[in-house]
Amino acid sequence: MMRLYVEGIGLLGPGLDGWSASRSVLAGETSYVDAPTNVRASDMLPAAERRRAGVPIKLALTVGQEAFLQAGRETKTASTVFTSSGGDNDNVHAINGILATAPREVSPTRFHNSVHNAAAGYWCIAAGSHEPSTSLCAHDASFAAGLLESATQVTVDDAVVVLIAYDHPYPEPLNAVRPITAAFGMALILTPRKSEKSLASIDVDFVSGKTRESTMQDAGLETLRAGVPAARGLPLLAALASGKAAQIGIAYFDENHLTLRVTPC
Amino acid sequence: MDALRSRRSGLIPCAFEDVDLETYIAKVEALDTYRMRPDLSAYDCRNNRLAQLCLQQDGFEDAVAASRSKYGAQRIGVFLGTSTSGILQTELAYRRLDPQTGALPPDFHYAETQNSNSLAGFVSHYLGLTGPSFVVSSACSSSAKVFANAVRMMAAGICDAAVVGGVDSLCLSTLYGFNSLGLVSRSPCRPYDAERDGISVGEGAGFVLLERASSESTSNAMLLLGIGESSDAYHMSTPHPEGLGAKMAMQRALDSAGLKAGEIDYINLHGTATKSNDASEGKAVADVFGNKVACSSTKGWTGHLLGAAGITEAIIAMLAVENNFVPGSVNTRQLDPTIAIDYRIENGEATIKRVLSNSFGFGGSNCSLVLGRQS
Repeated sequence: MMRLYVEGIGLLGPGLDGWSASRSVLAGETSYVDAPTNVRASDMLPAAERRRAGVPIKLALTVGQEAFLQAGRETKTASTVFTSSGGDNDNVHAINGILATAPREVSPTRFHNSVHNAAAGYWCIAAGSHEPSTSLCAHDASFAAGLLESATQVTVDDAVVVLIAYDHPYPEPLNAVRPITAAFGMALILTPRKSEKSLASIDVDFVSGKTRESTMQDAGLETLRAGVPAARGLPLLAALASGKAAQIGIAYFDENHLTLRVTPC
Repeated sequence: MDALRSRRSGLIPCAFEDVDLETYIAKVEALDTYRMRPDLSAYDCRNNRLAQLCLQQDGFEDAVAASRSKYGAQRIGVFLGTSTSGILQTELAYRRLDPQTGALPPDFHYAETQNSNSLAGFVSHYLGLTGPSFVVSSACSSSAKVFANAVRMMAAGICDAAVVGGVDSLCLSTLYGFNSLGLVSRSPCRPYDAERDGISVGEGAGFVLLERASSESTSNAMLLLGIGESSDAYHMSTPHPEGLGAKMAMQRALDSAGLKAGEIDYINLHGTATKSNDASEGKAVADVFGNKVACSSTKGWTGHLLGAAGITEAIIAMLAVENNFVPGSVNTRQLDPTIAIDYRIENGEATIKRVLSNSFGFGGSNCSLVLGRQS
């Protein structure tokens, strides 16, 4: 069992414009209203980088910034774990189109934004962070992989970690073979020790065998959870929003899963 | 080891698909007609073919099978690096879109090829492992950073052993992308040469089976002694000019190994042969190690293997230890006089106990490994 403390939360998704604004919706106190994700550039970035930022960079920076503001922590002080099933899906579609026809002129910006760790690179520039940073992919299990990796960094390396998960839809024709239903990002600042800022503790276990996944009570939020890999973290956010103790199951791949025990501080 | 000793480079003039760039590449010719294991045919793409071909080398599958019997399939993790996974499959599929609907061809398997996790999924299935797994995709540091993931997972008790490594294969995105940045050389790459003018793109793969070191480990056992990771926080595709992030990664690796700079016997440099990488890395190495440690980049042999660079160079660094061998630098003719390190062009022999291997990537992602034997 690995114990982590949550010190800050960031959220941006359809009808979920920030953690503070969405808390009562996630707690089931007010109803969820679907609306397009308010994807916006972060003022953390210098102007040149802001112009080059695609959707995943915008998602990642917006939710990361919200989490750090809430925690009252300097952005450069945390290690970072980014996780996403795709990366910049608009850009990968554009590059494939360019490469399928002559002349094959992939712009430098398109190319360097095509790396899976583009959001991490922009974040580190914006945050001024020289701390370790990793960028993971585990297809539908990307959120679980990111949380597991973050948990080992917190408990083994005694590190303060920000976990940033994000995904957004592919354009056609890729959307047909890999439907991701919305642009969604979430961030958690995770610490090894309890502080006056701690909101809750999470005990993380990696367990063999299938689980019955925790779902969202609201049908719209459940559609979002099931439709976006990064949104598999929504049941955890719902537990944090409710302020009550909860046990959550999150699928990893077919053969294993995570069990999370959330206890409010 | 033979290719290292005989200075046989894998770089050849570019003849890959219909790429019209004048450059050199390292290409695994066997892949064009290679067959995947039939039960895993959905994973068929150049990257997974290369993965399977590599898994079949050097008794690796047998070693994993023995480890699986010892620990159980669910107690072995799979942490692998790739930058482009099976993207070539998508690039080619975009030439075969349905003329009416624009749909991808029905034989296109997204999850098993294009998705970055394709590699970890394929390797886990191929080796019959069900422990924790994911792909690290942090560009050219990916398959060095996986060592850190495995160490943490073992320390946290999530697994008892791990397959780490990386695979990257030729694709148009990488060749045309690096070309657009003006980073591709027209001739075989010349690391740390005064007249170096860019990288040669290559494809390659490597895997390492890691277990916890124990009191039973023999004095001959190859050990992962330290890891250092850092971020440049400077630019997406250009390293920090003073090598700030590189310096931090190397220093953190030494600190985690509990070693001083003078206790490293050989450094396998990232040494891509771009103007900016070698200048920046050279400054960082000079700052941390001075000019007393033998250094070289082996990319003149392999080309830049991108997401597989970390693992293949870690393996070359371990070969240096096993054979008391100091690799030189193929294609390098005239050393850059502004870089004050002990850069070796010719191969040599020396007592090599501990080595450091550098891997740096786009996004300012840096990782240094210290490997070797216990003193």
